[in-house]
Amino acid sequence: MSLDRPFLTVSEITRKIKLLLEGEFPAVVVQGEVSNLRRHTSGHIYLTLKDEGAQIAAVIWRSRAASLSLIPEDGMKVVASGRVTVYEVRGQYQLDISGIRPLGLGELQMAFERLKARLAEEGLFEERHKQPLPVFPHRVGVVTSETGAALQDILNVLRRRFPGIEVVLSPARVQGAGAAHEIASAIRDLNEHGNIDVMIVGRGGGSLEDLWAFNEEEVARAIFASGIPVVSAVGHEIDYTIADYVADRRAPTPSAAAEMVVPDRRAVLERVAGLARQLGDVFRDDLDARREAVRRALSSYALSRPLDLLRQYSQRLDDRTRAMTLSLRHTFEMAASRLEGLHARVSSMDPGLALRRGYAIVYRDGKPVSGSGILRPQDRIDVTFRDGIARSTVESVEPS
Amino acid sequence: MSPKRAPANEESFEQSLGRLEKIVERLEQGDVALEESLRLYEEGVALSRRCAEKLQQVELVLKRLERDVDDNLKLLDDDTAEA
Repeated sequence: MSLDRPFLTVSEITRKIKLLLEGEFPAVVVQGEVSNLRRHTSGHIYLTLKDEGAQIAAVIWRSRAASLSLIPEDGMKVVASGRVTVYEVRGQYQLDISGIRPLGLGELQMAFERLKARLAEEGLFEERHKQPLPVFPHRVGVVTSETGAALQDILNVLRRRFPGIEVVLSPARVQGAGAAHEIASAIRDLNEHGNIDVMIVGRGGGSLEDLWAFNEEEVARAIFASGIPVVSAVGHEIDYTIADYVADRRAPTPSAAAEMVVPDRRAVLERVAGLARQLGDVFRDDLDARREAVRRALSSYALSRPLDLLRQYSQRLDDRTRAMTLSLRHTFEMAASRLEGLHARVSSMDPGLALRRGYAIVYRDGKPVSGSGILRPQDRIDVTFRDGIARSTVESVEPS
Repeated sequence: MSPKRAPANEESFEQSLGRLEKIVERLEQGDVALEESLRLYEEGVALSRRCAEKLQQVELVLKRLERDVDDNLKLLDDDTAEA
């Protein structure tokens, strides 16, 4: 008879259920419609998430409610992230929401406008907070996905324009649940590590949903708090995000951001060469003027001996400066021709060109795949296009 | 080739360029003693050569900032993004 079996107290079974549920769902992302939303006087928000077939109770604790970019309302379709918790006293399980974002364009747009207005009100976008970018950065920080096309675009432009620098990647997922937190953490990490002159924060193009992390408050706050100047580079020319408004400079694309943070070294080389030329000219003019003055002073006395001395001295000077000028010119000619050769080589290697022509690059574990030979069935690969990534699995590999 | 001591190096690029500009300016003003003028010229030549050399540096160094198991930030050499 089953009733003879050892029994559990209500507390014991609830305890087991709690362990089971909370162990199974420590981090979930749930999509649903908000209903039955109640704001308690304590500041906590209670609501129900539902779809056609089911519903789940949910709570947003006061401490989190304050920093949400979205104030949910009944009827709103949302994506909520959090964990499942069991409230033992009432024998209920609920979703403890830590992040919530709207689903659907209208709602996204509304949340965007609301956060933008709030941060503008606080003064986060004001010109007086903008930091100038360094002219010659030594270390450039980059916050983006390590497998995305944005990183490659940025590296290509930096290599072409001013390769003598160090790039520090602070990797972050740039879309999906938790992306905003990762981006904000990556920005804070670069600041904590220090020794970075300027940073680029961004990703390649995508839908409004894809870019959403850059519209979240945590990212905006991290950019605002950054002591390192931030260049935002999210999506394409036409995409404006909250991050763009807070950043010290906004770049229309990741490539454009890279162009913004380093000077074109050919232009710099020209400037240096120009200064060197000017230096030589000024110095020669100066010498000529001195010679002329002495000659005039001496001519009336017809003192041949001192004049000889002066001529010798003058000739020594000339030899010395000519040698310096010649070797300097040589230096600049060498530098210029090496730059030309390099530029041609780098341009022809630029995978961005291929991407722009409609080809795709295949990555596995973040490394470009150079041939089908190294792939195995079931390998997870990222097919990177100019405008996004298709995450894929290899079905079979056949040599051509 | 080691980029380790590069921060000071980089600062000096900007400084070198600034100093070079100052020297040209000073010489343009005139009224510099001959010895001083020669000294400035030599310094200017050295500076512009140093700048040109820095501009020829071809290696971009890529590093990754990551947290280790103890949550400490670590700067690692990156080979993933290098084709």
